Amino acid sequence: MTFVLTEDQEMLRDTAVNFTRDELPVKHLRSLRDSGKNGVDAEGRQKLAELGFFGVLIPEEYDGVGMGMVALGQVMEAQGRTLAATALLQTACMGASAILLGGTEEQKKEWLPKIASGEVTTALALDEGSHHSPAGVATEAERDGQGYTLNGAKKYVSDGHHADVFIVVGRTFGEAGDTHGLTLFLVPRDAKGLTVKSLNTVDSHGAAHLTLEDVHVPESHVLGAPDKGMDLLEPVLDRGRIALAAEMLGSATAAFELTHEYLQTRKQFGQLIGSFQSMQHRAAKMFTELELTKSCVGAALTAVDEQRNDISELASLAKARAGETVHLVSNETVQMHGGIGMTDDHDSGFYMKRARVQEALLGSASFHRDRFARINGF
Amino acid sequence: MPYDTPSDPEAFRQEVREWLEENCPKSMRTPQPEDEVVWGGRREKFKNPDSKVWLERMAEKGWTAPTWPKELGGGGLDREQTKILHQEMGRINARIPLHSFGLWMFGPALLEFGNEEQKKRFIPDIIHGRTRWCQGYSEPGAGSDLAGLQTKCEDKGDHYLINGQKVWTSYADQADWIFCLVRTDNTVKHEGISFILFDMESEGVETRPIKLISGSSPFCETFFSDVKVPKDQLVGDVNGGWKIAKRLLQFERSSISASGFGAARGSGMLGLEEYAKIHVGTDKDGALLDGDLRGRISDHMMYAKAFGLTVKRSGEQAKAGQEVGHTASIIKYAAAKMNQDKFELMIEALGTEGLGWEGEGFDKGAKMATRAWLRSKGNSIEGGTSEINLNVVSKRVLGLRDHQ
Ligand SMILES: Cc1cc2nc3c(=O)[nH]c(=O)nc-3n(C[C@H](O)[C@H](O)[C@H](O)COP(=O)(O)OP(=O)(O)OC[C@H]3O[C@@H](n4cnc5c(N)ncnc54)[C@H](O)[C@@H]3O)c2cc1C
Repeated sequence: MTFVLTEDQEMLRDTAVNFTRDELPVKHLRSLRDSGKNGVDAEGRQKLAELGFFGVLIPEEYDGVGMGMVALGQVMEAQGRTLAATALLQTACMGASAILLGGTEEQKKEWLPKIASGEVTTALALDEGSHHSPAGVATEAERDGQGYTLNGAKKYVSDGHHADVFIVVGRTFGEAGDTHGLTLFLVPRDAKGLTVKSLNTVDSHGAAHLTLEDVHVPESHVLGAPDKGMDLLEPVLDRGRIALAAEMLGSATAAFELTHEYLQTRKQFGQLIGSFQSMQHRAAKMFTELELTKSCVGAALTAVDEQRNDISELASLAKARAGETVHLVSNETVQMHGGIGMTDDHDSGFYMKRARVQEALLGSASFHRDRFARINGF
Repeated sequence: MPYDTPSDPEAFRQEVREWLEENCPKSMRTPQPEDEVVWGGRREKFKNPDSKVWLERMAEKGWTAPTWPKELGGGGLDREQTKILHQEMGRINARIPLHSFGLWMFGPALLEFGNEEQKKRFIPDIIHGRTRWCQGYSEPGAGSDLAGLQTKCEDKGDHYLINGQKVWTSYADQADWIFCLVRTDNTVKHEGISFILFDMESEGVETRPIKLISGSSPFCETFFSDVKVPKDQLVGDVNGGWKIAKRLLQFERSSISASGFGAARGSGMLGLEEYAKIHVGTDKDGALLDGDLRGRISDHMMYAKAFGLTVKRSGEQAKAGQEVGHTASIIKYAAAKMNQDKFELMIEALGTEGLGWEGEGFDKGAKMATRAWLRSKGNSIEGGTSEINLNVVSKRVLGLRDHQ
């Protein structure tokens, strides 16, 4: 396992950090919110594409830059620092992975270059209840001669409000709770019978509920092996969880830095508040948690590039630890800022709100504790 | 000179593997009961004779101190080779041949601050486990505020004369020598401390064991009255001991935490989740019946894994030349928390089986777990309390200032 970045990865990291700092700061998210854009940012998307960020996982033969997961992690961490609302997690990570791991050569040729260029964004439409549950799919996918007909509803599809193509998980047999009988479908946004309802969310990033009423999907849009969707879904989800953990690490780090700065400037009782030991110890504990989280995220990212067999375990580890850390830090950020931390004018609330969304997506810490226990046989 | 030049790691691995296969006695490849742990020194009895053979063979290769210089009897290995050695030892469950404060903290400090004579005189004995060292730091009035120590050291021309008292001196009653902080100047605090070494059999040294809540008596009150110490046993400069003291504490913090407080040492104790499965029970899928406990055990195991990865990351970063000096306190703090959480959970998982003290009626491993739980309470105290380590992180790493 390597925890030290290569020169190329380091360069990409610097580019990403500078870009999000200059072009997509928290202020930008705030303005997207205030102007009613609900996290949809066409201009930002174009710039991200120009920098090659949508193609980080995509091999050069499909017009990507093929730098791998550690590299993508650097971009995700950078976007997490400024809470940038982008389609990277859904598209550059999960969409690209689904097609890379499950797509036919034709599908790869059709979709990957469009993803890399930013022409198309994707969103995984999986969960149907309020909690992440990959096996809990009830959406029916019935064979209909030239393909399948989908009927069902998907809840809180992140980036679904602006995605061009959905990766819909349907059930070709069995019932909700079964891990077999799932199939993945590429469903364009304008498919007949698909309704996308935009949601205004606490983090100002937005999301969507989907309903599918007799949506016809041709055979050529089936992704991966029919009925065995879980075999494709799990690795795609794990990559998403790891990338999201990297984003969360970025958010937690930035919120910590904001707080650290405040501890060294705000005075009360004639003293810097950072000179009070109760504040110092909490800052030191946060720093320790950040260090541990960084190790987990680093290990999980490299595990994907090294194609190790403990990716699932490390994905759950990274997502759960990042969840604990981002809550600890964002809550403390508000508390340590005192009254100003409670105001909308200040950025700390943005970190705390986004943390809740990050936690709920792709499995909460509690989901991953359960999974980690199962992987470890108890 | 087989290992001096950058050699092929796989060839080295093969060589180590063969050597271990030939030289590690069979009985040294089994879990190590507490009473067979080898600490070396004049009083070592080697309850299991194989452990003596094992120590001698390892020491002969310098592999009790794999990274120390060859000319002083160390292994002369680089980090990569050391890692391979440890991996190969782990592969056959080889016991650690020697537990030693000399190896973990005093030796590394002496290599850095001692003069050539001192190194030649003390280092080989540490490597071979011939001298057992204890640490004379804490005093009744100087614990966290270590620099407040008062043990007096006077220059008597041809020797030093030491008077005072130490406390919490681990294994002082079993040790041959002590590395000791003493006051050589009363008028200044940190700049009046010196670092001195002497034989525990010197006239005027007395030790009295103190019993711990876990029932064992690993440490002592230690008294010095008119102890005469030859002048060449002072390390570094007179009044220059604080710098050495601090560096040694870094070694102490890193070594106790990297070993997870030795909790993983084979001992007959089962793993946390194994005890839970036995005493709490599982459903048909093998999941613990107590979902809340299961979640907390899982959380702890993740923390432990995160901790292990962090130790590893800091090693890799150090190797790549990055600054990692700040990690010793973070790691010490996290290790203490992790180990204590582990034993809290273990006692909970054991239920009433974890409430035995001695005698019949309780599983042997469970009784060890109970003692280990009590012992783990010291993890956030020994080697600098968790509070002090958090102070170090907030001040040195995060740059937060004191009240002005
Ligand atoms: C198992 C074990 C083995 C040991 N082995 C050795 C040994 O071999 N040699 C040796 O010399 N010593 C040894 N020690 C001693 C150990 O280093 C001291 O116990 C430790 O440094 C704490 O000192 P103290 O016990 O005097 O507690 P105190 O310093 O009196 O501390 C009491 C409490 O006050 C807190 N506190 C003190 N100062 C501050 C501050 N500035 N900010 C916040 N909180 C503070 C502490 O964290 C602690 O909670 C050992 C201790 C243990 C438990």
